[in-house]
Formats: sequence, structure tokens, C-alpha cells
Amino acid sequence: MPQSAEKILDHAPLFREPEYRQMLAEKKLNFECPHPDQIVTDQRELTKTWEYREKNLAREALVINPAKACQPLGAVFAAAGFEKTMSFVHGSQGCVAYYRSHLSRHFKEPSSAVSSSMTEDAAVFGGLKNMVDGLANTYKLYDPKMIAVSTTCMAEVIGDDLRSFIENAKNEGSVPSDFDVPFAHTPAFVGSHVDGYDGMVKGVLEHFWKGSERSQAAGTINIIPGFDGFCVGNNRELKRLLDLMGVTYTVIQDASDQFDTPSDGEYRMYDGGTKIEDVKGALNAETTLSLQHYNTRKTLEYCNEVGQATASFHYPLGVQATDEFLMKVSAISGQEIPETIRMERGRLVDAMADSQSWLHGKKYAIYGDPDFVYAMARFVMETGGEPTHCLATNGTSAWEAEMKELLASSSFGQDAQIWAGKDLWAMRSLLFTEPVDLLIGNSYGKYLERDTGTPLIRLMFPIFDRHHHHRFPLMGYQGGLRVLTTILDKIFDKLDRETSETGVTDYSYDLTR
Amino acid sequence: MGLDYENDGALHAKLIEDVLSQYPDKAAKRRKKHLSVATSKDEAGGEDKGLSECGVKSNIKSIPGVMTIRGCAYAGSKGVVWGPVKDMVHISHGPVGCGQYSWSQRRNYYVGTTGIDTFVTMQFTSDFQEKDIVFGGDKKLEKIIDEIEDLFPLSGGISVQSECPIGLIGDDIEAVSRKKAKEHEKTIVPVRCEGFRGVSQSLGHHIANDAIRDWVFDKGDVAFESGPYDVNVVGDYNIGGDAWASRILLEEIGLRVVGNWSGDATLAEIERAPKAKLNLIHCYRSMNYICRHMEEKYGIAWMEYNFFGPTQIEASLRNIAKHFGPEIEEKTEKVIAKYRPLVDAVIAKYRPRLEGNTVMLYVGGLRPRHVITAYEDLAMVIVGTGYEFAHNDDYQRTGHYVKNGTLLYDDVTGYELEKFIEGIRPDLVGSGIKEKYPVQKMGIPFRQMHSWDYSGPYHGYDGFAIFARDMDLAINNPVWGLYRAPWKKMKDAPLRAVAAE
Repeated sequence: MPQSAEKILDHAPLFREPEYRQMLAEKKLNFECPHPDQIVTDQRELTKTWEYREKNLAREALVINPAKACQPLGAVFAAAGFEKTMSFVHGSQGCVAYYRSHLSRHFKEPSSAVSSSMTEDAAVFGGLKNMVDGLANTYKLYDPKMIAVSTTCMAEVIGDDLRSFIENAKNEGSVPSDFDVPFAHTPAFVGSHVDGYDGMVKGVLEHFWKGSERSQAAGTINIIPGFDGFCVGNNRELKRLLDLMGVTYTVIQDASDQFDTPSDGEYRMYDGGTKIEDVKGALNAETTLSLQHYNTRKTLEYCNEVGQATASFHYPLGVQATDEFLMKVSAISGQEIPETIRMERGRLVDAMADSQSWLHGKKYAIYGDPDFVYAMARFVMETGGEPTHCLATNGTSAWEAEMKELLASSSFGQDAQIWAGKDLWAMRSLLFTEPVDLLIGNSYGKYLERDTGTPLIRLMFPIFDRHHHHRFPLMGYQGGLRVLTTILDKIFDKLDRETSETGVTDYSYDLTR
Repeated sequence: MGLDYENDGALHAKLIEDVLSQYPDKAAKRRKKHLSVATSKDEAGGEDKGLSECGVKSNIKSIPGVMTIRGCAYAGSKGVVWGPVKDMVHISHGPVGCGQYSWSQRRNYYVGTTGIDTFVTMQFTSDFQEKDIVFGGDKKLEKIIDEIEDLFPLSGGISVQSECPIGLIGDDIEAVSRKKAKEHEKTIVPVRCEGFRGVSQSLGHHIANDAIRDWVFDKGDVAFESGPYDVNVVGDYNIGGDAWASRILLEEIGLRVVGNWSGDATLAEIERAPKAKLNLIHCYRSMNYICRHMEEKYGIAWMEYNFFGPTQIEASLRNIAKHFGPEIEEKTEKVIAKYRPLVDAVIAKYRPRLEGNTVMLYVGGLRPRHVITAYEDLAMVIVGTGYEFAHNDDYQRTGHYVKNGTLLYDDVTGYELEKFIEGIRPDLVGSGIKEKYPVQKMGIPFRQMHSWDYSGPYHGYDGFAIFARDMDLAINNPVWGLYRAPWKKMKDAPLRAVAAE
């Protein structure tokens, strides 16, 4: 009997006990009708070959292990960045359970959103009644300051029109007529979560800006962070830098407090977020900056339409990307970049110089959202690394072109390959046929790490199987330090593991590295 | 059985009244039917059915905008019933999200070479684009099946798990499946589990069961020599290894588990099911349909059992043994005796640390009743329980488990659950990932009771030890004592939820 009260075995050791091993072996042999071991081994080896890679990359219809989610997830995340805002997703209810779970598993935080719970009858007659009842219930029960409506694909397929539905609901008294109900259509079969983010932020801005007179406040800046699993650490770091510079700014869509509430006995359903008054005032900003270009294409277009100047970045992290961001802010605001920030920059460069020998020539595979992949590739090249595979399932041809330009700008990018629209099963073939030293991505990459032996560094949403990384910034010089240290830890841990066999590798297991 | 106690029914009735008063009238009227306090059979005039007044309404549409915790039919089919079948490729057919959010989230443990002959922790999706919605996705599905055959030749079969758009755009996935099954000589199962069907995960279970009946059973000769002690375990999804901790006991008492549905299962285990002598059903809610079918069509009896906690394990083992006669019964007593010292030691160690602690549960369709006795084995007290997607027959069965005065909530809303927890302030809440963090913020210990909070198994004797340990570590962790900053006076920092006031 393997289990005892003194030493309780968890699943991992429990099922390695002889009783269970034997039981599972017999189950397989007698009841599972498995393929012979040799056939399984042969097929496994085959998947490591160029031949399999060709077939795998030639797939036209099947998508396996994609690195993207659907639009409404982005919309729900976006809504969480505004003051006392409840997400209301119009359509089937299961979707909302999924978004909430997904966000909670990453942030280890509550995630609130409601559904209009449409079922078969609503599929036939439309979901107006669900909207009317739903808004009334949400308004009464959850006391929001604003309800942000998005859609599941069900509502999109049957063609429910949010503008008229919300108007109808207001007419029926579900919420007061002057209550703020911005909305965005977020079809899951178009784009990805980054587009849902874009749509919802644009929806909020349109709701508050439309019909208002704009009087430009010179030197003021709006900043839109984009869909970011590290918003908690990043937004706070960003605000710290801007405060140091003395810039007048508004972060539009700031979920850093919402997804990082304290434990003190009080459950805060709503916390932080961009104040509605500030969203209104943001119309007058001179410039709107996006930290993630591919998250804000439509939003920035709209900002242009109302008369603002715009510029976008690709998740500014590392040295040069942070330089560019700060210089842009400085140019718009007329505020100098203070000496304290220059010292921080110097410390990051100092750290990179200290560690450069361990990083030079390392090969990387990087996957994730388009802006993140761009940022990481750029930073890797700053450290003397080579971004061998750059993959974004939701990357567009425009992204591909921008990546090409970036990689061409450095000798460290000469051998890089860009994989727009490909998935992580494709990445598996790439890692087998053209191996790299390190893989940068999210928790889903752990299967690639297991199959191919490539060490995984988790730096992007979602991170389910490691805790609290998102509480620390990746952006800015401070964030660069964090990214640098994370990469180095992975390299040193691997080196120690590979040299830790006494009697075999007593050498190379160095105390000082 | 077991622990004797009564709950504060008056308080619970008051809590119900309070939450209902906060709804708009129409919603209050509807929600009222889903909330109740269990009353004893004497008061309710019932006979031998335990507490009869678990009489809440269930399996009814959720109210829009109230933050139901429920999922959808796709979650019930792909996420629960089909997803764990390990040697099949399950296509999430439609847009990318559903498959992405459910990818690897139910901890259906298995052994196999993932990506080669086993596919549970992979996400196969048809990643619908606008053109697929406009022109239909059948051609794409055909191509997907061909590509699966090409890249994963060792897969035992394919299932097509429909997402919402499929049923709305009029695709004929059945025709595609038929055609391609013939062409590739493989089992291909179309499942009409679009998320808008039904009111919760539950209809998805039913549809998935029907798909087994219609697309797997009687499709070919199953070469298998059956024996007198052959059983199927039905409705054990092997969360954290539950099915393994159960199988070891069933084998020890002399039974032969010829199929486990559907945790760690291969398609072969499902195909052969009609050859077994008895179906042992753990999750009644999600798989009773196929058991009833097998009873009608193949004359296979079925029996519910409960492997949570020693009281239920012993009762269930004896009950199962009775079905097979003296030889098995004798072995069963030996098995019970063999594990008794483990049980005693676990209880001796943890009961003093947990005794009298109150627990509120809110889970899916089985555990809100099934785990109650396991807590009571540790002298813990269940003050409230409720289901996401139970039916009337589940609430009837719940009557055998709950004590007088227990608060019952069906399809509870976020608002209600928070207010109930705040009003009762139990020592532990067992529910899901969406509930975990709000509850912990309130300073109340929590365990996820869908995923076993990344622990488990909780089934069987081996699982009970882990269960007891987990409840102890949740409740008796020092962090709960650190919530209040010492310089804050008590009155300034009341422990309460403020969000929905």
C-alpha cells in the first residue's frame, strides 16, 4: 500500500509507485488496444524530421495549439481597465465562464463579467429580450458605473445589433438613459483577442468622445497599453517613469489595480481603472500613444479622426525601444528625461555588459502576440542573441514586413525566420529541425519544452503554471532588467543541471559564472 | 449516516430573503425557486428519502446579466465527456476561443505519447474565419480530417465538437463525418454540442452520450472475451488520477475494469462497453443517459457508487460486491480491512485539526452531494451546497446527504454566493476557479473542487488521504491570520465584501 498518513503522496509520486505502475501497464496491455511500441516510437521519430515538417507547415485547414484567443477575451480584458466597469458579453453564456476562468488562471485574481445567457430561442428570435433583462439585472445587482458590452460569435452569426439593442433596453428602463453603455462587436471568427481589445477601447472612446468638442491641451498624452498579461507590473512601471518626467498623461485602459487587489478581508469587485472623467478629458490630449501597435489599429485611427496626433510602439522593452518611447514622450510633452532615468538606463546596460558573454550568440525561438514578439526579438538582438524563429499565430502580413525590417537592421537577425499565422505544432517541427537554445513564450510552450528539450522562458500571457511573474514589469529599463535576469537564470540553471553529476562532471560545475 | 448536526435554517432563510430583495422583481421571482433551506422529513412529511425538501427548481435557463457560473453544452461534451478519450483527436469546430480556453484545463490524467498516439492536452481547432461563416465550414472540415489522418496516423478516431456557429449556419457535419469515416476507415463522431443548446453543460453531456450511442456502439465487431466480473467505470474523468485510485480498489476486490469512461480511456474501451456485466456510475449527472441506454439495449445493469471518503467507499464497495456474490464479497471485506488502518491514521491525524469546521460547496452536477460524507468523515460540517447544472433527480439524491437547515442554491449567481458566504462566513469554501479568488480576498480558505486545486486524486482510499491533507492545509495555513494590518483598528477594517452594496 503506497499511501500513508505520515507521508501523504501526491499524484506525481503516488502513481509512480509499483502498484500503480503495474496496474497501468496491465490496463494498457489488456484493455486499451494500443499500437505496438515500435510503431509509436517510429511515428515519434518521424515527427522530428524535415519530411514531417514539410507536411506540417503545409497544413491549410487544421490549426493545432494556436497561440491566440478570440476577440471577446480582449474586450473583457479591456473593460477591466476602466473605473467600476462590468463586462457584459451578449451571446452564449459558456463563453463568459471561459473568459473569466482564463483571466483568473493567469492573474490569480477575481475576474468579473456577465453574460446575456442566450439559448436556442434567442438564436431564433434574437437576443433583444436577453439584453433588456440582462442590463437591468447587472445594473441593479453589481452597481457598476459603466457596462461595457461585447459579443460572442453566436450573437454575431445571428446578427444582433448592439447599438439598437442597447437603445431599446434604455427605452425600456433597464438602465437610466444617461447611463454609460459603450459597446463593441467582437466576432470570434475575425482576428484575435488583440482585435477585441482594440474594438472595445475604441468603443469606449467613441461613446465618450462622440459629439464632444475637442480643445487641444498642448503637450498632454494618452497612453493605451494594449492587451497585456503583465499589465500589473508594466502599467505601474510606466506611470512611475511618466511621473518622474513630470508628464501630463492619461493611461487609457489600466487594469493594473483590477488584477492586483490586496488581501485584507475585503473583496473588491472593482478596483482602479481609468476614471470615466479622465476618459472624457482624454479627448483633449495632443497625442495618443499606443504601446502595442497591433492592439490599437482601429483605436488610433479614431484618435486621428478626432484630431489627435498618434504614434505606436511594439511593447517597449529593452534599451533602444525604451529610449524611443521616452524620447517620443519627451518630444510631445516638452519634458526632459531626468537624470534618474538615465541612471536606470545605464544600470540596465551595465547588467547587459556584465552578462554579455553568456548571451552572445544564443539562439531563440519567440512566439506570442505580434508586438511582444517584435519586442523580444529586438531585445534579444541587443544582447547579442539571435532570434531564429519568430512566430505569431495572430501576426499579419504587415507584421511580417515590420519584422523583416527589424531583423534586417542587425547582423544578429540575419538568420531569423518569421512565421506569421503559424501555430505551436508548427513550432514543434521548427524546433526539431532547426533547434535553438531558448524558447520564449507562455505556459502553452511547456509541451514544446517537454517534446523538444528547449528550455522555456515564460514572458507572455497566459502564464498558468508559474505564479506572480505578471506582478513585475517587463517594459522600460527596469523591465529589461527583469527579462534579462529571467533569461540568464534559465541559462545558468540549465548549465548547472548539465554539469551536476559527481564523478562525471565535477569540472564545469563552477561556483562563479 | 455519520455525523449528527443541524444547520441554522432561520439564518439561511433570512439570507435568501435578503439577496432576493436586491433583484429587480422579475428576476427575484425567478431566482426564488432556485434557493431553499433543507427541512427534515418529519416537517415535510416525507418517508424514507432523507431530507425531502431539497425542492429547488433546477435545469432551467439562467437569467441574463446575473453572473451565472455555468458553462455551455460544448463544455459538457468536449470538456467533460469526449475530451478525455485519449487516443482520439477532438476537433473544436468553429472559432478559436472555445478550444483555447478549455485546452488542458480539466486535468484528465492519462498515460500516452502526446501528439503521437494520445492527444488530450492538445488543442485542435478549425479556427473559423469570416468566410467559413459565410460559405459554410463543411469543405474545411473535410480537409481538416484529411490533414489529421496525414499528420496523426495513429489516432484511434476523431470527434467533431460543434461550437455555436455550426448549428446556426446549417453545416452538415454528420454527412462529412460519414463520408470521411468511410474513406479513412476510422470512427468519426459528429457532436451537436453547440454552446447555445440547453441551459448549461448538462445538455452537452446528454448530447455527447447520444453520440456514443449513435456513432460508436454497434459499428463493428469487437473482439473481446468477456468474463464474469467485467465492469465499466462510467463517469470518472480521472481528474488528478481519480479513476486510477478507484480502479486499484475495484481490481483488488476481484473485478475486471474493462473500460473507464472517459478518463484515460481509449476508444476501444468505449466500443467494448456493451460486453460488460455491470456499469458502475460515479458521475450520474453526466453519464446516466448512456447507462440507461445500455440497460435497455444490452441488458446491462447499472449502479451508482461514491468513492469519496471511507464511509462512502466502504458502503459502495459492499454494494458493488453484493451484485457479484460471496466470493467478491469476501474479498471486499478483506480490502476494507486492509485499508482500515490507513483510514484510521488519516482521521486520527486530521480530524482534530478540522473538527467542527464549516464548509460551503458549489460545484457541478455530482460533487455537491458526493463529497459531503468525506468532509463529515473528518467531522466537518456542510452548511450549504448547490449545483451548477443538476436536475431534479440530483436534488432528490441530495436529500440523503444534507442535514436539516442546510442552505441550497441552484445555479447560484455571483452576487448570491458572495452574500451567502459573507453571511455565513464558513471556514472553507469548495467551488471553482472563478469563485476562488473573491472568496480568498474575504479571508476565507478555499479549495477548487472541480480541478482538486491542482492536487488529487480525491477518489478511493489513497485519494482520501490527499483530500484530508488538502483541507487541512487550506484551513490551517498561517496566511489567513495576516490579513489585517496590526495598526488598523478592528472597526476600521471589518471583514466583509463591499463590491455589490
